[in-house]
Amino acid sequence: MTTTLEAPVETPAPAPRRSGGRPLRQVGRFLAYVVLVFFSIVYLYPFLIQIVTSFKTNSDATNSPLTLLPDPVTTAAFSRLLETDFTLWAFNSVWVSVLVTGLRVFLDSLAGYALARLRFRGRSAVFTAILAVMAVPSVVLLIPKFLVLNQLGIYDTPVALFLPLVADAAGIFIMKQFFESVPASIEEAARIDGAGTFRVFWSVVLPMARPALITLTILSFQASWNELPHFIVASQDRDLYTLTKGVATLTTGQLGSGNQFPLTLGAALLMTIPVAVVFFVFQRYFVAGANEGGVKG
Amino acid sequence: MTAVPAPAGGLGNAPARGPGGVVAPRLTRSRGSSRAGQGRAAWAFTGPGLVLIGLFVLVPILMAFWVSLTDWRGRGSPFSSAVGFVGLDNYATILTEPGLPRQDFMTALRNNGWYVLLVVPLQTAIALGLAVVLNSRIRAKSFFRTAFYFPTVTSSVAISLVFIFLFTGGGAVNGLLGLVGIDGPNWFSDSRGLVHLLGDGVGLWDAGNPPAALTDGGPLGLSWWDWLSGPSIALAALIVLVVWTSAGGYMLMFLAALQDVPKDVQEAAVMDGANPWQRFRAVTLPALKPTLFLVITLGLIGTWQVFDQVYLISQGNPAKTTLTPAYLSYTSAFETGQWGRAAAMSFVLFAIIIVLTSVQRFVMRDKDAIAEKKAARAVARRSPSKTTFFHAGQ
Repeated sequence: MTTTLEAPVETPAPAPRRSGGRPLRQVGRFLAYVVLVFFSIVYLYPFLIQIVTSFKTNSDATNSPLTLLPDPVTTAAFSRLLETDFTLWAFNSVWVSVLVTGLRVFLDSLAGYALARLRFRGRSAVFTAILAVMAVPSVVLLIPKFLVLNQLGIYDTPVALFLPLVADAAGIFIMKQFFESVPASIEEAARIDGAGTFRVFWSVVLPMARPALITLTILSFQASWNELPHFIVASQDRDLYTLTKGVATLTTGQLGSGNQFPLTLGAALLMTIPVAVVFFVFQRYFVAGANEGGVKG
Repeated sequence: MTAVPAPAGGLGNAPARGPGGVVAPRLTRSRGSSRAGQGRAAWAFTGPGLVLIGLFVLVPILMAFWVSLTDWRGRGSPFSSAVGFVGLDNYATILTEPGLPRQDFMTALRNNGWYVLLVVPLQTAIALGLAVVLNSRIRAKSFFRTAFYFPTVTSSVAISLVFIFLFTGGGAVNGLLGLVGIDGPNWFSDSRGLVHLLGDGVGLWDAGNPPAALTDGGPLGLSWWDWLSGPSIALAALIVLVVWTSAGGYMLMFLAALQDVPKDVQEAAVMDGANPWQRFRAVTLPALKPTLFLVITLGLIGTWQVFDQVYLISQGNPAKTTLTPAYLSYTSAFETGQWGRAAAMSFVLFAIIIVLTSVQRFVMRDKDAIAEKKAARAVARRSPSKTTFFHAGQ
């Protein structure tokens, strides 16, 4: 449609537009930069304040919250943080996130592959069920999840921390979509050569799926590292606190009283670092994931 | 679908999605010998994932539904014979029977309703605006994109701690407001409703002495005055936090969609002499409609579930103005032991989310068709020769 449309008007149109459009366009671009710079300040200033404040003394933080120069510079907040259970929380967060991520990536790609490539009775029913499960809002599951953990007798155990998080319908969906987008010819060839289904999956399919696996790894790591509500309902033992739950007690618990802002902001800073590193290294995969995983809610 | 159809059909939608090269090798697959083996393998592949989903999504929902019909108080198994079956009593307690439980639940719904009403349009508009600006020809695009997106990947705990500091009485936000001569409120402990304040400000009413017509009655256990309070100042601070956090993620979705807006249509609009705003309205916005739909849907689903920020920052205070259904359900179960009532709240919340997303789907689909018709008519009006050309071309 458009190609045919452009032809008749091509010659007269550009001239008037250019003459009147130039300065207007530059104003527009200037305004664009104003908007972007304004929002960058709005977005970056809180992080700057966070970093700077964690190196302030309590009174300095309270008295001059806006200044970006600590006076004096002190690491007292971090030493006090070490007196809390911070290292234990960090340890719990690490093993939970690693376990959840590893299991999710493995099980999601297995199931996603089967749904995309293998023919079996009930496949469409399984896929429909997965779509339905994805529509269940996670907060609605808080109390139900506790009920099941309690009934199974695993409430307040390490298993309760990670196993429910491994259930990941959205990840299966993402992997299924991915496997459907790659050509089947190579694995077909391997299968004709007599390799079993798992063998084909493990040594032929998975290596080809690297981009999707990386995306899923990052999304799973970030989700389990940042998870809070599940840990609230899955355990109460202080030895099982993860970073999110433990750091939360710095404000909601007994330490919350008083103005220990350098302590809480320092804790927030430290717990952000792993995700920040992953984010900056694998940024393009985050972008891909945001679009593919849009269904996740 | 079963395994009965011919191989081409039995392969499902896989070949349709694959690149053209796939088709030829597919044909070699017509041998059916390994079909049973494939079925077994498929169940072995999907089994573990399905068992986990069943165990931690489906079974919990069924169990919670059972609990919502009982008077279980958290001791022992909810299936033991000591637990009484109370039918829909728990639902009645929070929805129809006058009393404190209903008043609290309705207050939570009111708060969350105002929250949704502000967060969804604000985050959608900011996300769309930033995406459109970023999509123009500017420098340092990836720097800006990263800056706006980063909060989305950061933990809600870390961000909440930062915002508690920013919004304390003598904090950074009030410090900034002080620079322009505004005496900022004590954000997280201020329960005054924004609509109450606004009406007071324009002289509609006296917030300290509200009109009896509004305070005397109202639906579902709250007075009209309470329903219409608007978000409290404390809730407004949470709204700022959430919009700030989530806009960047939605911006990425809009950016991806903007890259798919056909360039030739844009250029054609420029040729037609459309100004930037007209181009946005007539070309960009229609092309973004599916993404807009998705962003609003995800926004509705997410905002009705607000829990983390309330748990971390305000715990429903001040004066219950930041109480939300998700948080009330949590405290009813874990702090007051009203498990049946708490489970009932979860299901009501579930129903609200489903109903609202369906309503939104209906409304937006309708608008879609209307907008298309309008656009077609507008095009016909503006340039009759072109449309005829178009029709002739078909």
